[in-house]
Amino acid sequence: MLYIRGWELSNEVQKTNGYWYKKGLRDGIPIAMGYFAVAFTLGITAKNIGMTPIQAAVSSMLLHASAGQYAAMTVIATGTGYLEMIMTTLIVNLRYLLMSCALSQKAGSEMKAGHRMIVSYYITDEIFGIASAVEGKLNPFYNYGAASVAGPGWTIGTFLGALLGTALPERLGLAFGVALYGMFIAIIIPPAKKNKIICGIIVVSMLSSSLFSILPGVKEISEGFKIIILTIVIAGIAAWKFPVQEEEGKEGDREK
Amino acid sequence: MTQNVYLYLIVAAITLYAIRALPMTLIRKDIKSPFIRSFLYYVPYVTLAVMTFPAILKATGSLISAWAGFLAALVIACVDGNLFRVAIGACIVVYIVELFL
Repeated sequence: MLYIRGWELSNEVQKTNGYWYKKGLRDGIPIAMGYFAVAFTLGITAKNIGMTPIQAAVSSMLLHASAGQYAAMTVIATGTGYLEMIMTTLIVNLRYLLMSCALSQKAGSEMKAGHRMIVSYYITDEIFGIASAVEGKLNPFYNYGAASVAGPGWTIGTFLGALLGTALPERLGLAFGVALYGMFIAIIIPPAKKNKIICGIIVVSMLSSSLFSILPGVKEISEGFKIIILTIVIAGIAAWKFPVQEEEGKEGDREK
Repeated sequence: MTQNVYLYLIVAAITLYAIRALPMTLIRKDIKSPFIRSFLYYVPYVTLAVMTFPAILKATGSLISAWAGFLAALVIACVDGNLFRVAIGACIVVYIVELFL
């Protein structure tokens, strides 16, 4: 066992920052394509509330959060004040707080504060997804690689959406709409094949999420809050009932 | 529409960065509690599953093509698991189904 662990460690060291950056670039390509399509529609929204293409692009560079950005645009459109902007941003984006907690553990104690601060800037649903699926500890250059293709995809998409509006062939835009969800599925399904608990958690999560969007009373809850509530409840129960078994000194390995 | 678009955007950006960066920079050590470790281990699966379904059903022009895309993604992810191929495969299936609708 010690021998195997030592082998894994030396193998890990051989993977340089360049290796991780390139891997991030590669995994970032489908994200960039999905982002482009989603951001395009966001750009149309921005145009409709009177933002210029440049303003729309700047909002994407600064915020890069789909629902969060949509909410911010609503505040800008109505001009209800900065406090309202802070409160709306907090509520709609609170799930990133949970993702950041999870990533802090994935990063491990060896990741320096500077890297942590840069990685934090580009925590999105998708980059969080691929970063938590990486084997072993997270190398910040993986995130940098992914962000350096996904970021421009998001920003340029928003810019062109605000500039061109509905000029994109509709059917193509519709087809790209599933790209991001396809990626989420590609992240969660392979581990679920090997682990029955994860498989059960995914089924329960999807069913609960469906119930939340149908049942009267709870269906008015915003998407952001729904994600937080279900994540805390389901992951909480799972952690209580099925604590992850870990070997002494070995970090949680998602392949198990 | 308000005049200070950029000021509003900066306020939103600072708030968002705080949410994203605070846990990541403040929690530097490995958490020891088995419950919290297990909780954080399960978080991505729950979050991504909740975000995917049923939202994916509204991501295309029709329920039929959306279901086709969803099932295609599940099947390709089971067989292959490569991010790019799953995402593109789902898009292609949706595109083809949309052609017939």
